[in-house]
Amino acid sequence: MKHLLGIRELSADQITHLLDTADSFRDISKREIKKVPALRGRTVINLFFEPSTRTRTSFEIAAKRLSADAVNISVSTSSVSKGETLLDTARNLEAMAPDCIVIRHSSAGAAQHLARVCKAAIVNAGDGSHEHPTQALLDALTIREHKGRVEGLKVAILGDILHSRVARSNIYLLSKLGASISVAGPGTLVPPEFAGLIEQGVLLERRIEDAIIGADVVMVLRIQRERQTDAFFPSMREYAVQYGLHLSHLNLAASEAIVMHPGPMNRGIEIASEIADGGRSLILDQVTNGVAVRMAVLYLLAGAGQDGNGPSSGGSMSDVEAESRAAGGVRGRTRKAKRGTRN
Amino acid sequence: MRLLIQNGYVIDPSQGINTGGNVFLEDGRVVGLSNFSDGVPEGAEVFDATGLIVAPGFIDMHVHLREPGHEYQETIASGAAAAVAGGFTTVCAMPNTNPVNDNAAVTRFVIEQAQRAGLANVFPIGAISKTSEGAELAEMGEMKDAGIVAVSDDGRPVPTAGIMRRAMEYARGFDLPVVDHCEDKSLARGGVMHEGHWSLVLGMHGMPAAAEEVDAERDCLLAELTGARVHLAHVSTSGAIEAVRRAKEKGLPVTCEVAPHHWTLTDEAVQDYDSNTKMSPPLRSQDHVDAILEGLRNGTIDAIASDHAPHHADEKALEYDQAPFGIVGLETAIGLALDRLVHPGTISLERLIELCATNPARILHLADCGTLRAGARADLTILDPELTWTFDASQSKSKSRNTPFDGYTFRGAAVATIVAGRVVHLHPDRARIKLKTVKAFAS
Repeated sequence: MKHLLGIRELSADQITHLLDTADSFRDISKREIKKVPALRGRTVINLFFEPSTRTRTSFEIAAKRLSADAVNISVSTSSVSKGETLLDTARNLEAMAPDCIVIRHSSAGAAQHLARVCKAAIVNAGDGSHEHPTQALLDALTIREHKGRVEGLKVAILGDILHSRVARSNIYLLSKLGASISVAGPGTLVPPEFAGLIEQGVLLERRIEDAIIGADVVMVLRIQRERQTDAFFPSMREYAVQYGLHLSHLNLAASEAIVMHPGPMNRGIEIASEIADGGRSLILDQVTNGVAVRMAVLYLLAGAGQDGNGPSSGGSMSDVEAESRAAGGVRGRTRKAKRGTRN
Repeated sequence: MRLLIQNGYVIDPSQGINTGGNVFLEDGRVVGLSNFSDGVPEGAEVFDATGLIVAPGFIDMHVHLREPGHEYQETIASGAAAAVAGGFTTVCAMPNTNPVNDNAAVTRFVIEQAQRAGLANVFPIGAISKTSEGAELAEMGEMKDAGIVAVSDDGRPVPTAGIMRRAMEYARGFDLPVVDHCEDKSLARGGVMHEGHWSLVLGMHGMPAAAEEVDAERDCLLAELTGARVHLAHVSTSGAIEAVRRAKEKGLPVTCEVAPHHWTLTDEAVQDYDSNTKMSPPLRSQDHVDAILEGLRNGTIDAIASDHAPHHADEKALEYDQAPFGIVGLETAIGLALDRLVHPGTISLERLIELCATNPARILHLADCGTLRAGARADLTILDPELTWTFDASQSKSKSRNTPFDGYTFRGAAVATIVAGRVVHLHPDRARIKLKTVKAFAS
């Protein structure tokens, strides 16, 4: 695997390897010194054409905890009429020899577009309504952490499925790992063709209640206000009443059901605050796991993982440690880092 | 100047001719057909067409030549060169230039530029409405006098049925066909590809088939209301073809064309986000492709037109949703027709010639074109159905290279293009033509 452009083209083994790698990186964020030298001397560029706080910060922290040099570029617009083209931007960045470019863009296919011209590893951090692979990976990591598995789970995804890259990536990923998926939302935002998105099929429900019945995981998507002016639904009020997740809904779900949301939340619209802040909610766990997942992705694409130990070859975490030692010695650097904190 | 096309197999559906023979051309006109045994007329040069199909010159009734205004994409000269390289002797230039061809001055300019280029015949199509804004009618009468053969607001379809009705009624007075690009913009809005499975997978806004079909149905109803001649451009959906079929059944003067990419590719081709798969109407799903093949077979579809739409590489290098719609098509249309329609047996060679020559001439009332009748223009397309060749976009005569068919290999080609009795193009792979006898052509 050279790039991470989407989940659709990954195998279950590749996904599992990414998740296993992420699992092993989780500890680093719990240490006092949250840094390992795995990507020392590597450059990661976060190229964000859409506003993002969570994802950009998460990638930046992930890169820094692996000792990579992280550069953040935020471009307010990708408008054709002004500024340089995406390809020119990419070629210019490429000329500075980064090892990895993380891109968030409003156009579907933007990450693929870069991958065609760049030697650097490309990580898709969300492209239009297409895919958001690291979000799906962190969601799966969170589910695995709390449920011990993904296989056999029933997952309900609620809300604006049509425009959601999170929904697509999650549908691909969770079904590849053996979960069954049902989705529900307004008819305008859940086209019937979604049933055939994956071979196993997606169960489409009209009412969110029907999707939630027996669900082990309830995933709520953000609703964007501009969909109202585009006549996808009549009002935020009606959306909250008809399609928002309320406390009473959780009685329909499986007894140990968990609730997730990719953020940022519209409290009281798609999700009631009592749920978001309640014991079933894993929303902040998702954010925590996001760092581990992005460390794994950067490590495998921009780091030692590229030297023949990509996910397809099924390396394990002991490989990770062995390689970072080989690449300069974990112990030596850790000592250096510790000395640093003393000064 | 006299030219004898010798020993070919002549197919001219306008006269029901389907036989071996010679065609004699003199002073830019067809003199007539003669038997193999007849001698070479005095002073005539000879084109040996042994093993080749001799047909009336092909007419591409839907091309964008970009001049005036977008000469960096194409000029009338480069577009005409691409036309004859692709086997077309005649093209009809859509009016969405800058300025729009909505008045006689622009019409005359297009015709003069084409005469200067001196390759293909170029017949301009005038705008329906002023600057194609769909509000006030363009000066169709003046443009007709200047040489337009139809009216169309192609690409910016007339948005309201009310204006379209007036346009049809007015155009009827000048016996001009109204050519419509069927697309209800309120349904297609923001769409960059066909709406369906692949638009969901790729996360891009889709244009539903219904966006085309709503307008196709509207135009058929208005054809009935107004009695105008209506021609639906590049139909791409089963519903649009069905609308035309029903209109024809009622005896309405409704015709339609299809573009080669719509029978060759499906929306699955979009999956790599290659903007050379982006055009309007978009590549559709297989059920629509099947309907097009059936329409070509059963006669519902009248014409093949390339919708040649050159765009600069820089424009097509943008993100898929930002890149402009359209692909070049003049040089691959006949290859795709022979390879994908004739050889698999969907249509016969005779039907192909009807779609590319006879019918376009009939729809546009080009009495002198699309036929080998004595006195007609000496425009001929000579086909080698067996020539296997590979299209190399870098060698294209067009100024633009935006095609999904670069590197495609075709069985069947237009090997010679003759305009006004002059051989203006020979296929680069000329193995089957005995060149020594082609004295009229200086390469």
